[in-house]
Amino acid sequence: MSGVMLAGPAALQSASEARLMWLRFCRHRLAMFGMVVVLLMYLIAIFAEFVAPCAPDKSNARLVFHPPQAIHLLDRADDGWHLRPYVYAVRLARDPVTLAPTYVADNRKVYLRLFAHGDAYRMWTLFPASLHLLAPENPRDSVFLLGGDRQGRDMLSRIIYGARASLSIGLLGVANSLLLGIVFGGLSGFLGGRVDWLIQRVIEFIISLPTIPIWLALAAALPKNWSPFATYFTITLIISLIGWTELARVVRGRFLALRSESFVTAAWLDGCGRGRIIFRHMLPSLTSHIIASVTLAIPVMILAETALSFLGVGLRPPAISWGALLQEAQNVQSIASAPWLLLPGAAVAITVMALNFLGDGLRDAADPHGQ
Amino acid sequence: MGTDLGRRMVAGIPALQEPVLEVRGLRTWFGMGALELKAVDDVSFTLRRGRTLCIVGESGSGKSITARSILQIVGRPGRIVDGEILYRASPDQPVIDIAKLPARGRRMRALRGRDIAMVFQEPMTSLSPIHRIGWQIGEGLLAHGLASRRGARARAIELLRQVEIPRPEEAVDRFPFEFSGGMRQRAMIAMALACSPKVLIADEPTTALDVTTQAEILRLIGRLQAENGLAVLFITHDMGVVAQIADDVLVMYQGQVVEHAPVHQLFHAPVHPYTIKLLEAAKKLGMVAPPARPAAPNGQTLLEVRDLSLVYPAQASLFRRAKPPTPAVRGVSFDVFEGENLGIVGESGSGKTTLGSCLIRVLQPTTGQVRYRMRDGASVDLATLDRAALRPVHRELRMIFQDPFAALNPRMTVAQCIGEPLLVNHVLSGAALRRRVHELLGMVGLPPEVGGRYPHAFSGGQRQRIVIARALALDPRLIIADEATSALDVTLRGQILDLLLDLQPKLGLSFIFISHDLGVIRYFCNRVAVMYRGEIVEIGDADDICARPTQAYTKRLLAAVPAADPVHRALLDSGDDRA
Amino acid sequence: MARFITRRLLGMIPFIFLVSITVFLLIKLTPGDFVSNYAASLAASGETVDDAMLASMRARYGLDQPLLIQYWDWISGVARGDFGYSFEWQQPVVSLIGERIGLTLVLSLSTLFFTWAIALPIGVYSAVRRYSIGDYIFTFLGFVGLAVPGFLIGLVLMFVGVSVFHTDVGGLFSPTYTNAPWSIARVGDLLKHLWVPMIILGVSGAASLIRIMRANLLDQLNQPYVDTARAKGLSELTLLVRYPIRVALNPFVSTLGFILPQLVSGSVIISIVLNLPTAGPLLLQALLGQDQYLAGAFLLLLCAMTVIGTLLSDILLALLDPRIRFQ
Repeated sequence: MSGVMLAGPAALQSASEARLMWLRFCRHRLAMFGMVVVLLMYLIAIFAEFVAPCAPDKSNARLVFHPPQAIHLLDRADDGWHLRPYVYAVRLARDPVTLAPTYVADNRKVYLRLFAHGDAYRMWTLFPASLHLLAPENPRDSVFLLGGDRQGRDMLSRIIYGARASLSIGLLGVANSLLLGIVFGGLSGFLGGRVDWLIQRVIEFIISLPTIPIWLALAAALPKNWSPFATYFTITLIISLIGWTELARVVRGRFLALRSESFVTAAWLDGCGRGRIIFRHMLPSLTSHIIASVTLAIPVMILAETALSFLGVGLRPPAISWGALLQEAQNVQSIASAPWLLLPGAAVAITVMALNFLGDGLRDAADPHGQ
Repeated sequence: MGTDLGRRMVAGIPALQEPVLEVRGLRTWFGMGALELKAVDDVSFTLRRGRTLCIVGESGSGKSITARSILQIVGRPGRIVDGEILYRASPDQPVIDIAKLPARGRRMRALRGRDIAMVFQEPMTSLSPIHRIGWQIGEGLLAHGLASRRGARARAIELLRQVEIPRPEEAVDRFPFEFSGGMRQRAMIAMALACSPKVLIADEPTTALDVTTQAEILRLIGRLQAENGLAVLFITHDMGVVAQIADDVLVMYQGQVVEHAPVHQLFHAPVHPYTIKLLEAAKKLGMVAPPARPAAPNGQTLLEVRDLSLVYPAQASLFRRAKPPTPAVRGVSFDVFEGENLGIVGESGSGKTTLGSCLIRVLQPTTGQVRYRMRDGASVDLATLDRAALRPVHRELRMIFQDPFAALNPRMTVAQCIGEPLLVNHVLSGAALRRRVHELLGMVGLPPEVGGRYPHAFSGGQRQRIVIARALALDPRLIIADEATSALDVTLRGQILDLLLDLQPKLGLSFIFISHDLGVIRYFCNRVAVMYRGEIVEIGDADDICARPTQAYTKRLLAAVPAADPVHRALLDSGDDRA
Repeated sequence: MARFITRRLLGMIPFIFLVSITVFLLIKLTPGDFVSNYAASLAASGETVDDAMLASMRARYGLDQPLLIQYWDWISGVARGDFGYSFEWQQPVVSLIGERIGLTLVLSLSTLFFTWAIALPIGVYSAVRRYSIGDYIFTFLGFVGLAVPGFLIGLVLMFVGVSVFHTDVGGLFSPTYTNAPWSIARVGDLLKHLWVPMIILGVSGAASLIRIMRANLLDQLNQPYVDTARAKGLSELTLLVRYPIRVALNPFVSTLGFILPQLVSGSVIISIVLNLPTAGPLLLQALLGQDQYLAGAFLLLLCAMTVIGTLLSDILLALLDPRIRFQ
């Protein structure tokens, strides 16, 4: 007869390649952790209006550069301890000696509540609501969990809203790059010959240019009177124009490797047309690599947008993105007096790290040598 | 070396038969606990000066790990768990137990290369790509402090001369990639002999080489053994090679010694059933046993090839060195008759695979005709058909590939792979398709349930059966098998060939069987075409060609095939050496 | 070898040509030009704008010529060493960019060597001691290095410098040496200040190089030629350095081709944050103010730097790897 089947659990034997990939991925604990963080970030960005404690543009001249407030969970009332989160309120005063503005305790507790009603908003600019995940019990109170900025606006809320712009630019930019990458990489790998040579030279040329000066030049060319929306889309386009080369290379490399595989020749001999060969036979082998590369390309976009907005040529106020928020931290004096202005940078770092862990895990799982 | 008689005379001198390496109860295991793999389990043998011990087995037998254990170069997580490896350089030297030495210690390093040297299988990847040959050969001398730089270079040139590499003074400064496979292996042997070791371990040194090159390398090793009184431990899976060069044989299966005997006793009076199975498989596909090929064909021509040529065009470019046009297939003509098996045999570079690809139009021939008579009687010229017209031809003309691991799409189930040609040609669908797939699986000896599994769950032999099932799906008439059995173990080869021979009369098939293995071709085919450098040098009846070759190349090819019978040791005697 | 270099050099020429066209198009991308910018700022401050004066300004600066003529004038000037005139600063561009471009080069190159010097041993260690504690720590640090934007590190360092050490870590020179002529002392002062931007710039580059070295070395460690070397009796350390590390060095060195653009690019941002006298701050200002010849000169030289870097990387690789020379 034909001999013994390879030993192993039956489930493993009938597992598809996708399932094997998933199993390999699950062994990567860091990548799983990254995935959870990334999903969390995107959820926060989608439901920003709900998650943020208050409106991002609610300014208060009396609460300029408000320090961060720590949440205390257990409240001591007359009848014992309750689980009731609160913060200590502060108010602006003048230091009697230096006459510099400082914050002093107000001897007042501002109680917070989950699912409380706070500032009104329109969810995705469509549905009016006022429910917040965490907000002060008294709507007239303000809470600054991560501090306040130069205009007395809540940093936490602004960071949460900023996630929306920063993360979505990441996704849109990558989608754009993916389109360019697949088209050019696919043409290059599939057609070969002169087309391949030409596209390869173009890619080499683009890679050898320093990105930031080019981006600066493109971004600075944007008319200042455009709407934030138009600016947003153009910035996305600019960033994706440089980033597609890496994806094109991956796609081309995989195409070339697959083209010479016996099973592709066999598919042609079976009678498959070119379309079926590409989509049914070659593309599934491509998909896992593409997903990994795409995931690793998103952080590049996010970092690029952050850098451009920080320099003032990307998204500008009143648009909120992490980079735009960091613009306020440009001079040493502000940072010295209010170091919490750098916190949007932490948000960037955490998101980028999580995406890198996730992308790394996906790439290791997609690699056949990982078996 | 010389004749078999000569060897026996030299070996008769008692001093040259003394034991130099004795392995007792060696156990090399991998991993821990539940995943523990006993790669080498209780292996014992003795190596003597001037004699050759062959360790033979199939993949996974542990023969390679045994060799590596002697030099303690088994990679982590493998480790020597038990046993002794006793080495004695000469009778007046003390006995050293290699197994007890620390693997990275100075004493172990002193033994490696200087007392015991090793030659590996793949010369391309076993030589450093960026260091010159002369340097790599002389490095051992420098490492053991046996020569200065200049002395090492001089010795390297002398060694290159001994291994018959032409113009050694120039070769010494070349890089490995500038040499052919045979030359590289000679350089590896030179490297191994640099410090004049007492023991030479050769781990499948000729497996990756052409059969004529193999014969030259075996002759070289034999000669060097006699000149230097080496003890040779030769690892191979090829019983023919064993028969030609071994004095003693060790048969291994799954880590254990199955039989250990002098060569004549092993071949003529084997004891263990596994040995008997190996010998049967070898003899069946050797040049002596009766072939199993089908009855003579009925005479109707199925395929007529006339003056087929494929020339790879010149590559000129502003930025690269120009490449001249390379002819891969030159003016090949032959016929294939219905119901017969035509073998195309040749070594690497002969153009046989290119020819097969041209016939089925995976590659576009430059000139020539390939006239194929379809089932309905119409005659078409495959060389000039356009893509659309090729599709009906590809239902009758199918291909089986060499590498079963690459021939199946890893992301499709077995049933989908087999059913693909049926689906794409709109022949069957749905339940009828499933029934046909089960039928095909049964034809190749696989149970129908395996249809839902993915290729990675199957062994090489099973995957090849799936590839065959896919080839049979559309009821073909002519199948081109391109090295279909070369990637399989010896015992499996016979099975696959027997499967094809069994199906042939039932399905009315004809085969074009491309291979480098003359034994397989002789077993399977009625007629043989011998290819050399793109041309057919000889074509005729298989028995005629094998018994009474007329062309020089064919004679050389036949002389180089190692016969699986130690009584007929013609291999080491035959004349001209050229690599 | 010489043939190889000539072939590569010949291939560079169309590249540089393309670069100049790209740069020119980039600086011409903004609608309007310096004169309209100037007019806008005049109007914003309430002054009247005289069209005739604007037209004569345009003519004087050559801004009313068709694009092709402007390009030709510019590029032929560059070939002669004349990079044009800065409208904003009312000086020839050459006098403005000279030292800044030089310092950009110094910063990028020194960061490159620093990055290589760190990444090589750490990458080797990570590969040889795979899955050890050290490997995990370095991998994690590498991830952090890749994730945190360089300018953020700069900001944090500036913050730490001011609030903890009460020093200003920005700038490349102490006040005394800022405009002094070159001397040994000035070089020393430069080196004292260089290490801050070098570290900031080098962190993310080092992180990716470590991963590359680790991956390449892991590939080579399992190759058969390593076993051959071991079977000859070489010590582990010798064979490690002579064979797999030496082979893995080749793709490592070829990373010069893409690391140098990254470094030059990153130095632009870092220099803006830390206020260094390199290309960055002036380039940004020139772009925003549409001072086109100044911006063009910076862009052209920065791009030329990186394109030449790619060429050097190819040549270096050919020197190290005989297989490439023989192709």
